[in-house]
Order: sequence, then C-alpha cells, then structure tokens
Amino acid sequence: MKDVAVVGVGCVGFRPVTPELSYKELMFEAAMRAYEDAGVNPRKDIDAFITCAEDYWEGFSIFDEFVPDQLGAVLKHLFTVSADGLFGLITAYMLIKTGHFDIVAVEAHSKASDILTYEGIVNFAFDPIFNRPLGGHPYYVAGMEMNRYLCETGTTLEQCAMVAVKNKRNALANPHACYGANITVKDVLCSECQFYPLKKLEISPLSDGCIVTVLASEDVATKLTDKPVWIRGVGWCTETPCLETRDWGRAVYTELAAEMAYKTAGIKNPVKEIDFAEVCDMFAYKELQHLEALKLCRRGEAGNLVEEGVTQRDGELPVNPSGGMLGMGYALEASGLQRVLEAVLQLRGEAGKRQLPEVETGVVQTWRGIPTATGAVVVLSK
Amino acid sequence: MEMFGKRRVAVIGAGMTLFRRNLKETGKELCWEAAKMALDQAGLELKDIEAVVMGTAPDAFDGVHMKGEYLADGAGARKKPYMRVFVGGGTGVFTPIAGWWHVASGMFDTCLVVAEEKMSSCFPHPAYAFHTIFDPIMARPLGVTLIWIFALEMHRYMHVHGIKKEQIARVAVKNKQNALDHPCAQLPQKITVEDVLNSEVLCWPVQRLDISPTSDGAAVAVLAAEHVAKQLTDNPVWIDGVGWCIDSTYWTNRDLYYPKYVECAARMAYKMAGIKNPPKEIDVAEVYDPFDYKELHHMEGLMLCRKGEAPRLTEEGVTQRDGDLPINPSGGLLGVGNPIAAAGMMKVCEIFWQLRGEAGKRQVKKDARTGLAQAWGDLMQYGSVIIMRS
Amino acid sequence: MSEKIKEYPGHRIKTADLRAGLVPLIRYKPEAKFAFSAGAAMSRFLEELKNGRILASVCKKCGRIMVPPRTFCEICFKPVDDYTYVKDTGKINTYSVSFIAADASRVKEPTIVAVIELDGASPGMGILHKIGEIDWKEVKFGMRVKAVWKPPEQREGAITDIKYFKPLKEGEE
Repeated sequence: MKDVAVVGVGCVGFRPVTPELSYKELMFEAAMRAYEDAGVNPRKDIDAFITCAEDYWEGFSIFDEFVPDQLGAVLKHLFTVSADGLFGLITAYMLIKTGHFDIVAVEAHSKASDILTYEGIVNFAFDPIFNRPLGGHPYYVAGMEMNRYLCETGTTLEQCAMVAVKNKRNALANPHACYGANITVKDVLCSECQFYPLKKLEISPLSDGCIVTVLASEDVATKLTDKPVWIRGVGWCTETPCLETRDWGRAVYTELAAEMAYKTAGIKNPVKEIDFAEVCDMFAYKELQHLEALKLCRRGEAGNLVEEGVTQRDGELPVNPSGGMLGMGYALEASGLQRVLEAVLQLRGEAGKRQLPEVETGVVQTWRGIPTATGAVVVLSK
Repeated sequence: MEMFGKRRVAVIGAGMTLFRRNLKETGKELCWEAAKMALDQAGLELKDIEAVVMGTAPDAFDGVHMKGEYLADGAGARKKPYMRVFVGGGTGVFTPIAGWWHVASGMFDTCLVVAEEKMSSCFPHPAYAFHTIFDPIMARPLGVTLIWIFALEMHRYMHVHGIKKEQIARVAVKNKQNALDHPCAQLPQKITVEDVLNSEVLCWPVQRLDISPTSDGAAVAVLAAEHVAKQLTDNPVWIDGVGWCIDSTYWTNRDLYYPKYVECAARMAYKMAGIKNPPKEIDVAEVYDPFDYKELHHMEGLMLCRKGEAPRLTEEGVTQRDGDLPINPSGGLLGVGNPIAAAGMMKVCEIFWQLRGEAGKRQVKKDARTGLAQAWGDLMQYGSVIIMRS
Repeated sequence: MSEKIKEYPGHRIKTADLRAGLVPLIRYKPEAKFAFSAGAAMSRFLEELKNGRILASVCKKCGRIMVPPRTFCEICFKPVDDYTYVKDTGKINTYSVSFIAADASRVKEPTIVAVIELDGASPGMGILHKIGEIDWKEVKFGMRVKAVWKPPEQREGAITDIKYFKPLKEGEE
C-alpha cells in the first residue's frame, strides 16, 4: 500500500463574523488557495471531493446539495462526511489507499455567525427521550466532565487556567487566530464561572472560516511538491453516545483512536517520537485530558506539564502552537482541519513567527464536542 | 482488469426491518434489529466487526442534530471506528460504497454498513423536513415543496421525449405488484394503470400513486475482505464497481430531461468493474424509484437503454422479473417503502439476495450473475451506483 | 429479504392508535434559527430586485451570463466580477401545477410553478418562479412570459418582489 501526503492547504479566516461573504464565497476562496498551493486544477486533476458538514450547523436539510459549485466539483465525485474535517481527511486517506484515487480534496468550514440559536441546536443533539427534556444550557456536560477529570487526576483549577493563558498567547502570533490575548491565570480564574468548575475564559468562542486540504498518493505527491507532509497514521473512535454509560474522567474515544493511529504509524513511544501536538481545547481542561489520552504523558501528569512550561512553544512538547480553539475559535466541523493546517505549516517550516525548531512529526487530534464521545487522531510527518 | 493488485470486497450478510409508515422502535432499535439479522446471516458477532459505517438522511426526520452520533450504539459502533456519510437520497447506495473503501483501503477486514431512517418522528408530517433543503434566497420564499420540483423534472422528461403518463404508470403497477412477494413491504398492491391515472393529482403531472410513501426502517450489510469472506461463505457477493457524482446546485440552470450525473456515476462504476456494454452485462438492477418516472429516467442515465427508450422497454415487459432486464424485482421504493437511506440500502440487499439465489418468490428468472443498485439524491443532482457480482 | 429468514423485525403503529393518544410521544420543537449572509453576488442581486431589475454575472472565460449571479464560475472555476442585467421576460422550460401545500394538505387554488429561461441570459439559465393570470390548463412549454413586479414601495429585496410571471401575448415584449 502506498503512502498518502497532504500537498496543499488553503484557509480563509478565522474571524468572529464574516457578514460580507456567503458560505459559498467563503468556501470558494479557501478552495482556490488550496488548489493553487497544491498546483492542481479541480476541473481536471481531482479524483474525489469531500465536504464535512452537519445539516443543523448550516441551516439546511441536505447541505450536500449546496457544495459542488464552489469547490470545482460540478459533475465530479463529491460527497459529505457528517463529521469533523479530520474524519474527512481520514476518509480521503482511505480512498487513496484503495489504489483507485490519486488526488482527493477535503473541505470543512464554519459559518457559525449565521446561527442565531447555537445552544438550541446543541441541545437538539441530546437524546430526545432521556436527556433533552431536562433542558438547560448544554455546556453543563463539560462542567460535569471537568469536575470528574479534576477529581480523578488531582489536576488543579490553576493548571486548567494555564492552558487558556498559553493558547491565547500563542494565538497572538497566528494571523489565522482572532482570539489572541495576553492574559493571566488570575484573569481566567476570576472570569465568570459559567458551568462549575468551568470559567468563561476557558471556553472557546465560535468563529467563522474555511479550510480546504488536498491529499495525494505517493507518486503524485512527490511530483507536485518538494514539501509533502505524510499521513503516517490515522485512528478514530466513538465511545458511546450515552451520557449515562460513558467514562467521565477519561477521553476513551481518543485513547482508542490514538492506539489505532500509532499502530498504523508504527509509533511505539509517542513521548519520544512526537515533536508537537495540536489537540482539541474546546474547553481548557480538554487539552490536558486529550494529552493524557494521546499517551504524551502519564495520566494526571498533563497539568504538571503545562505548569512547568513543557507545552509552551519553546518547551519540549509544544501543544497548540496555533493558539488552539481558545485562540482561533471553535469553527464547528472545521476544527480538526485548523489543527491539520497548523501541523502542515509547522512541518513545512512555514509557520512564521510561531515556527517550532526542528520538528519532524506532529500529532493532530479532534473531538466532536458536546454531547458526543467521538474523536480522531492523525499522525503527520515531514 | 482494474481490480488487479487491489483489494476485493465482498458482501457476506444482509438484513432489514419491516418498512412501515410508523414503527414502534426507535432509530437505534431499528439499526440494532437489522444489524443483528445481517450479522447472523454472515455468521459473525459484533466483536468480529472492526469498523462501522452509518448512512442516514436529514437530521430533521429523526429530530436529532448530529443523528449519526445519536444512532452510534444502536448501530453497534460502541468503542469502534465509526463514520457517517450523507448524500441526500443517494445515501442508501452510497453507504455500502463507504463500507467498500473502509475494507478496500486495507484498513479493516470487516465492516458493518448500517442505513436507517425514522421519518415518522418529524411531526406532523415528514414533508416539513424538506422545506429547508431549498436555497433560502431563491426558492424558500416561494413556498417551494419537494413535489413541485420533481413534477418539474417529470414534466420536462415527458415533454422532451413525448412520453405519456400511461407509460409511466406501468412502473408503479409493476413495482407495487413485485412488492407483493416482499415480506417487509409497506405498499404491496395489485393496481392497474387506470388506478394510477385516476388517483389524486398532487402536483401535475404527479399523482398519488406515482409516489412512494414516507417510512420508518433500517437495512444493513456486512462487508469483508476477500480472505475473510472466503473463510465464512461459499457464495460471497463481490462489490466490483462503485461510482458517484454530483451536478451543480443551480438546478434551474440545467436541462432536467436527462440525469447526466447518474451517467457520470455509472461510468465510474462500470469502468472499475470492467463493464463495456451495460444492457448486456447487467443481469438485474435495482434503480431508484421514489417516483415512477424516476425508474425510467434512471435506466436511461445508467445507459441500460437509450435516451427516451425506457418507457417502451417497460411496456414490452422487458423490466419484469421474468424479462430480459429485470428492474426492481424487490418492489422498489414504490412497493417496499421509502425510509430514505434504508430504502437505498434495501436495494443493495436485494441485489445481494438475488445474486445468491435467495430471493425466493422474488427471484428473477434469468441466471443473475451481475447486479446493479443505484440511488439518487440532493436537488435532482446526485447519483450513486454499485455493481455487484456473484 | 432472504428466503432463509422467516421473522421480520419491527412493530407497526396504527395511525388510529397514534391519533387516540395510545402511543407515548415526547414532543420537542427545536430552537434552530439562522440569518444567512447573502454574500457579495446575491446581496447585489437582491438590491437590484428592489429596482425592478434582474442582475446576472458574466464569466469572462466561458462567456456564460449566469442567473442567479455568483462570484465564481463553477464550470471554469475562476472568480467572476462582471455583472449585467437580463430581461424580466423569458420562456417556460418546464412547469408543474401544485394542488397541495407544504404540509401535504390540499389547497383551493392550484399554484403553477415553472422554470423560466430569462431573455439575455445564456441558454438554459432559468429561475424558479410562479405563473399567474392564466388557467393552468392553458400553460404550454416554451410559452413566453413576463415578470409582474410588486409596486416599488412594497419591494423588500427578495425573490418575491416579483409576484409571478404572466403570459405574453404574441408580438408583446
């Protein structure tokens, strides 16, 4: 089986609002940039197109209908993966691995600013019989999970707050990030407690934007670019949709996805073999929980790492040098590709002010948010 | 042949629930019931399944945002790699295509492919869910409905080829008749062409009996890599070709008389399966028939006959179960029912049973070795095609 | 269904039982509201409808005059920033006559809907709209029609600023 590489990336955003652009125009711009970056013509060269979208984020019943034109996919082989962009990337990887496809494009976007009732839609994802009738703001689930995680691991509130401080500071060096800030642990801890023990500044705000990536098979990738970024391993997993039976302290979905991804990548010792990580930090504590699930440290140890500065940009294991979701915003199904974008730029040496020195291998992880226990992991290398 | 050096994927089990307007089971339970049957047929247990693929159409039917996530445990995906694909009405046939690449990529040796729809949850009528499939600027303000646009397509097709409603009605008569032999069918009926022509006019030229019903139901298949399939069964059914294609969103900018996107999807699948002459090489086909005219429209798009020729083949009985080119021996969506994604998947299951010679009273007369299933979706713009061989 | 299987899962609920309230149901109305950004091309299109004009965009590469307008040509995959007006007359490409409403209930007066190919746009470039001032049995394929606009003060920048299209008599423009 041949290898698969990312050969092109294109991004628009991320910004809190984008009233001047329709979702189609947003997608067109990102697609143009990605195809230009990869040096491909979508009308001739691309064998399959994947869009990652959920109907209720878009306000359409079958969003797939509204995608082909702006991606150059009219009368071409396009389909929707109803999941985060990282699942789309994994799907493109599988398509190329079949040997029937050489170049596949993957798109994910957020037009969150078009949504007037975000909480109402998240509530609509809850089990209609057991959970939804209980009402309330859906983020109470994050509060419950954080509390259990702190209780099981001894991680402190300060350590969680440090994640927000680090990521918002990293975002200041990222032109794609709109929520960069120079804040202190005290600022975070003194911000409004919204879902005990979760504070306002530990919650990622929504943002708009679009990312398109182009993947290619080994033969084609080496012809298209001098800097292919290889997909070495992929894994994904759904623990369970049931709030009642899931593990509230651990991110089991990421543990299992990471196991699969490391196995395909042939990675035996993630701590030694992974140079940096871009992980889901929709809520500050999630970064810590996910680092542990990715076996980048022992359980209960992630809080110490952030406290000791290990996960800073200049630390031994930089985590979310992009600024993460706390810095770039929660871009709905584009979240996973936000992290892929950062990993690709870092591995190509194109990350500008936030470039990490001498990185060979990075891990990218995503979680599909409340109320899911679904995640994916991808290992990328130079 | 294109398959050389590439992994071959087989269907080794299939299952489905009853299709009914209202079923008592939740969406999760429907998934579980059909999955259990498919696993039993394949001689496997859930622990043998390495990955799960979900196919289900708009969230607005079941009434759950991210309903793929909600259905996961019913579909057997707990603690497994799980992926949902969605291409509107084309989803049912696209879901096993997604299962195909899970196995063909070498990532997995077994994959459970689950398709579900619970349209009855959308209250008071599933038709409400369709309002938001339209463009919010150009179409929704006009009060557009789904039947409007299909009537526009049907009328254009009739106009360009000079087709009469009587010719189209024969499809409804045939499929509802075929469904009499399908134990899960929702609308098996013995009707006449006159019955169709005298049925209530909904949106001219579409009448009540031209249309498939709304339904609840699930259908599931088990896929396996060649070496696993050969261990488990003496008669696997191979997925030898897959194809899909989408046309422009701007459907009012296209000529609706011919589904070019179906042709494009079919060409992709035929190429992969090494099929040069579709009418000769395809023994049995399940083509998408949510409306009777669509069966004809799709036969032409699939190049199973020339443009405008499908009505004549139907009149001559070629598409009957004992004909030269049996189309929709299951009873199709018009007869068995139309729980969107599950309905497309039912077609794939039917081809599986036909090619294994297990279709009982529905078994086509000719010796069927190669079969095709196709679905259609989005704004009259999506085609998904799968070619299977025994 | 395989002939090997003799039991078929699923339990039907009778409509009568449902109506009689014998089936436990949990009712829920989702809170899902949106305000779609119309974007660069469609914002101009909607503004022009207020002026009683139909805006199209022109692809310099393939020369297509496209309605509704867009900021890119989906065939050439190039940005588009040339605009022009097309006429509010055209011909019927296809039509249908709806006797039921969105909730599948019957309506008193049928609605005639059509895809109308507008004069001045590239061949086959149609829009969806309604047909009025004619009995539905009289409508024909290829029939020439013209937009009937709302009075300027009632227009709001929506596709419904055109009330419907009416048939043109022979020689009329």
